[in-house]
Amino acid sequence: MPYPLINPTLKTIGMAAAVSGLLAVYIVAVGIYPAFAARQILPPSLTLGYLMLAGVWFYTGWTYARSGSWLNGGIGAGTTGVVSGAVYVSVLELAKTENIQGIFVSLSAPTINSAFFGLSGVTAFIVIPLCTGVLSLAGFLIANTPSRVRSCFLSAFVGILLAALLRDLWTALFSNLTGTRRWASWIYAAGGLTWIGAAVAALAGVAFQFARSRRMDNGGRGGDIGAVVVFVLIAIVIPYFTNAFVAQVMLLVGLYALMGMGLNLELGLAGLLDLGFVAFFAIGAYAMALLSADAPIAIARLTFWEALPIATICAALGGFVFGLPVLRVRGDYLALATLGLGEIVRILVVSDFMASTLGGAQGIVAVPRPSLGDTPMTSQLSMYYLTLALSALVAIAGYRLRHSPIGRAWMAARDDEDAAATLGVDLVKSKLKAYVLGAAFAGIAGALFASTLGSVFPQSFKLDVSINVLALLVIGGLGSLPGVFVGSLILIGMPEFLREFGEFRYLFYGVLLILVMRLRPSGLWPSSLKARGEI
Amino acid sequence: MLAIRVALIILICIGLTRSLAQNEYSRNDWISFGVFGLTLGSIYALVSLGYTMVYGVLRMINFAHGDVFMAGAFGAFIVSDVHVAGQSFLILVALLAVGAATSAAIAIIVERTCYRPFQDSRNLAPLICAIGASFILQYTVRGLFGTGSRAYRDLDFLEGSVTIAGYAVPFVQLIVIAVAIVAMILLHLLVSRTRLGRCMRAVAEDRETAALMGINSDRVITITFAVGGAMAGIAGVLYALVFKQIHAFMGFSLGIKGFAAAVLGGIGNIPGAMAGGILLGLGESFGPAALLSGFGIASPYQLKDAIAYGLLVIILIFRPQGIFGERLATKRM
Repeated sequence: MPYPLINPTLKTIGMAAAVSGLLAVYIVAVGIYPAFAARQILPPSLTLGYLMLAGVWFYTGWTYARSGSWLNGGIGAGTTGVVSGAVYVSVLELAKTENIQGIFVSLSAPTINSAFFGLSGVTAFIVIPLCTGVLSLAGFLIANTPSRVRSCFLSAFVGILLAALLRDLWTALFSNLTGTRRWASWIYAAGGLTWIGAAVAALAGVAFQFARSRRMDNGGRGGDIGAVVVFVLIAIVIPYFTNAFVAQVMLLVGLYALMGMGLNLELGLAGLLDLGFVAFFAIGAYAMALLSADAPIAIARLTFWEALPIATICAALGGFVFGLPVLRVRGDYLALATLGLGEIVRILVVSDFMASTLGGAQGIVAVPRPSLGDTPMTSQLSMYYLTLALSALVAIAGYRLRHSPIGRAWMAARDDEDAAATLGVDLVKSKLKAYVLGAAFAGIAGALFASTLGSVFPQSFKLDVSINVLALLVIGGLGSLPGVFVGSLILIGMPEFLREFGEFRYLFYGVLLILVMRLRPSGLWPSSLKARGEI
Repeated sequence: MLAIRVALIILICIGLTRSLAQNEYSRNDWISFGVFGLTLGSIYALVSLGYTMVYGVLRMINFAHGDVFMAGAFGAFIVSDVHVAGQSFLILVALLAVGAATSAAIAIIVERTCYRPFQDSRNLAPLICAIGASFILQYTVRGLFGTGSRAYRDLDFLEGSVTIAGYAVPFVQLIVIAVAIVAMILLHLLVSRTRLGRCMRAVAEDRETAALMGINSDRVITITFAVGGAMAGIAGVLYALVFKQIHAFMGFSLGIKGFAAAVLGGIGNIPGAMAGGILLGLGESFGPAALLSGFGIASPYQLKDAIAYGLLVIILIFRPQGIFGERLATKRM
């Protein structure tokens, strides 16, 4: 919100208050608040829903940080908070009196009551604006503290949030490690954190922040390699020490990372926005199912290891067929053309027309798991390690490709097609290669997916998959390999633990896409070339 | 490429002759396919105008346009449920106005958040932002109005059918076609006769030069988004009247089809978009019966979306400038 004026005028205060008040109303009306209110952070009273609403007013005050003097900013932040709270209360009160609950499904009376903190009538009109004013003032004050204090505060907050939200992960971890079994009962109470737990989590956050700023002070040299090693170790160890659910989630993360690396070749390196990416994933999965399933519809009974290369090649061929004509289309046309192609594949798979060969809406079942020697890999953990190994291979391939002549040709064509063509890059050929290789990566992911699930259904191959992959790539950092894993962990892994997010997952993805593009276009873990300013 | 072209044409011919030879549908069926195709086509045409106009001034596709369309339908839904008793054409006008206003407002917000900040860059950032906006819109509407389909309160005066030359045609379809024609005529007058329209054309021709001539190009771009959005909003209300159900994700396929229509008519070309929309609507309503059933494909109407998308891909490959040509053939990035 761009209101860093020297002297907050009535107009800016009014605008900011309206925006933040309506944002809070939006959070309630769209159903985010009711869903989040179910998650306790610090029982009995602090829920994620309240935290979300509080965050709105806190941030409102934060935006006044640079408004010159303390007095000006403080008055501005406080007044805005109060007015904004009043807007919030009046709009929701209106929603209560006017009977429009048939239209807006989330605005039920209990929800509004809870969004008013159980207050009602005149009390609500007095108390809530006062609270929001205080919150906004607090936001302003903290924003104005020295940067060290500020970052400590923020990391303590993030620590508490992560501890509370990833409860399943932590408790599983504690109960499987020797000696820490009793930690869980100290840190977690029924539904949320205990006060001790909150303090521990806050301290952990602050400690992490200190370690990070230490490294930054030392110039941050070699940090990338170190961080990658730490990540790999965590990826190997965590699922081993937790439970099957965590392994399952990490497996999904790995699958999406595989696809992400495929799209990274197309979009990150070659600059081709492909929204029909799910089609290649589907081709890989269906090829695996048709080649290996123990079902009448299957055309062969190969083992996983025999079918995997064939499935990969099928997906690559799919990439070739789609790419051949479509790549002559430029930039944004390509996005919509690939969107259309992806949808065509899905419609064909579901239709009665192809049902006899692809199983239609019933899909194909009884796809076997791979086996090592004679033992089939029945556990999620073993499948996870298989995925991890394959994604490591693909990551190495991706890294090598990126620094090969073809990788440089991709990047050259992405940055300036005409210049690249002048320098002898065969645009169609190089783009086609990106497309085929990207499709092959997605095909591997699809084959693994079919084998892990033991079945394929057309519902698994909707546009959502393409959007997930696109989002994780953008948020991790276009063109960055570690970024793919970070993005996948955040966008695919986290929501599995945050069941409240379920419905609103894509809403937050949308917000994240816009925020990352506008504030940090190179993503959370930028590719090293970009970080060094060479792109 | 030539081989693919010839193969396609032969395939279409075979499909057509065989379907016609089967004689599965009566004359009445064909006529109702035709009217329905025109109805659908006029909705597509209205949606495609937004794509084409925005493309004209920005050389970019508004990816969230399909959801702008959907938002218009839901904006009018609020009024349709709250509105006062009584049945008259005034309600229809009110619905259309609210739908158009909602969509125009949403389109302006999309422009401000996704396109304005990246005006001078040519990369994919605006497109990715617009994809984000599209998801925000879909899930906001889903959160506000629920996951199921909603419908406007029935408007009795739109029920029934009219007999034209011996064939019964649903009245609502005629209304939709009429409203769409009026909206398109108004738009055409706006673009060709008014000062604002002249500004739009100037910005589309050359933004820098237009700016040098004293045109506030930022403002013109915003207005273009708004006008295109308003057309989509009207289309949204009309869609809701014809199909009697709206849901949060309906913008997706309509968006692709609107874009297909815009490309069909030559993107940037306003009359072309109108014609493209009608053609696509007719193609979609005749296509499955006239083309696919000839190949013995079971339940061809399941594949009607595939026809529209396939048409889009085929046009993009063989004739990206569309049937009538882009109005601005030069300066393609």
